[in-house]
Amino acid sequence: MKDMTFGTILAVFEEMFGIGLFWTLVAVAALVTVGYVYVLIRDHSISWRKFLLAQLSMPIGAILSVWFVLLVTNSKLTDLGGPVDIIVFLGIAVAGAIGIAILVYTVQSLMRPKH
Amino acid sequence: MTKLTANRRQFLALAAGGAAAAAVSVPQEGRAQVATSAKIVIIGAGAGGTALANRLVSRLNGAQITLIDPRVEHLYQPGLSLVAAGLKPASYVVSKTTDWLPDGVTLIAEAAAAIDPEAKTVDTASGQKVPYDFLVVAPGLVLDHDAIEGFSLDMVGQNGIGALYAGPQYAAATWKAAQAYTETGGVGLFTRPATEMKCAGAPLKHTFLIEDIARTAGTRGKLDVHYMANNDSLFGVPIVSEKVRMLFGDRGITPEYSHVLRGLDAGAKTATFATPEGDVTMDYDYIHVIPPQRAPEVIRQSGLSWADKWTDQGWVECDMATLRHQRYDTIWALGDVAGVPKGKTAASVKWQVPVIEDGLVAAIEGRESTETYNGYTSCPMITRVGRAMLIEFDYKNNLVPSFPGVIAPLEELWISWLMKEVALKATYNAMLRGRA
Repeated sequence: MKDMTFGTILAVFEEMFGIGLFWTLVAVAALVTVGYVYVLIRDHSISWRKFLLAQLSMPIGAILSVWFVLLVTNSKLTDLGGPVDIIVFLGIAVAGAIGIAILVYTVQSLMRPKH
Repeated sequence: MTKLTANRRQFLALAAGGAAAAAVSVPQEGRAQVATSAKIVIIGAGAGGTALANRLVSRLNGAQITLIDPRVEHLYQPGLSLVAAGLKPASYVVSKTTDWLPDGVTLIAEAAAAIDPEAKTVDTASGQKVPYDFLVVAPGLVLDHDAIEGFSLDMVGQNGIGALYAGPQYAAATWKAAQAYTETGGVGLFTRPATEMKCAGAPLKHTFLIEDIARTAGTRGKLDVHYMANNDSLFGVPIVSEKVRMLFGDRGITPEYSHVLRGLDAGAKTATFATPEGDVTMDYDYIHVIPPQRAPEVIRQSGLSWADKWTDQGWVECDMATLRHQRYDTIWALGDVAGVPKGKTAASVKWQVPVIEDGLVAAIEGRESTETYNGYTSCPMITRVGRAMLIEFDYKNNLVPSFPGVIAPLEELWISWLMKEVALKATYNAMLRGRA
């Protein structure tokens, strides 16, 4: 890849999703992250009860993200061919797991501030 | 330890400040524009012409940039292989030429009819004379279907005939014929021409994909698949050719070396090949036709072609590093039409555009250009639905992987397939806009 700059990567992602959808997704991700940091600071501590449910949702997030990638790319699990494929696969699963955990934790904290 | 505390208002202020800081720190194009009144004409508004026009518009101030191209539709040609394997609809590759052109350029929607490199003018089909200070020829190439005896494009999609290069509707029709072949089986002949061609990986991809689709459908046993190489190798880069030979061995695909398609008899379902031992006629149930490829007539008639190389094909005589014409220093060749040993792919165009941009701007500024093209070409060689090899190479047939040690070029990988499926078109579009 020639000139792999931040601007190039941004341009590629804008083309991939369309400018509107891409920035909407970025905004949603940013909002959830901001919400998560907000409830952490507001509550001064992690609520382990809420964290438990967040943890339980992680496998669902992992499976959903992998399923989504396979669906949009006409591929299947048996196509994984080398070490880098396993790393990418696990990376997608981990990203999905962490994403949904943060989402679930934040939504719970915002809906039920005190437990 | 200090306790981190904040109320809602403070927190929101902090978050807003962070977002603003992030927005400010996005890098902007920093180069100053060059003031000029130069008349720049680009023949062709395909991948190369469009990408270059977008870059020149942001780089130059005051230049008169004119594109000459009659094509209403812009084709994302790397997608044709996917259309011909039923993985994408024909619409996947089609957009409008004008969708990608920047403000401030003029599009003359006509074919270029003549180029006079001495008088520095281009005549259009309607007789309009367009003068230039600098000319970039990027008209693409011509598929010479008439050179295949007994073949015409209206045959594509029926009686086991495919021709995916011919355009989106033909790629879709090719899938119709190829899909029928994966069900009924028989002898499949996958050809390629003996001329220079765009994306020499595409004939291999089509072979691999159709074989894989039959395998998945459980009909592979009915297929007898032959790849008809134009010479004694399967790919121009020797190490890749060897890898393909091994994959063919694994997959039960028979390579037929030095078999160049001359003609076919659609009624009898036979094809005739020129071989070193003379003509050979073979029966087929499915044949994929890729015709000889040549520079457009206007290039060949204008005296811009090589006189001693590719004389039957007429590619533009240009320096292989700067892409500047050898005899006319106000002319550059970009993309398929350039008479260089490699580089008839969209990935090559991506590498060539900044070189020509620098050459043009340097000429305007009166300095030497510094950018050079090393023959970079990339081919995500699809070997089955879901896997590809990300092959990148240069003039010297060296492999030049973008991600050395991470993505192995000669391994069939899912990540390389993901790139082809997800990132390639986005990167291509970003290139068209001059942003990649």
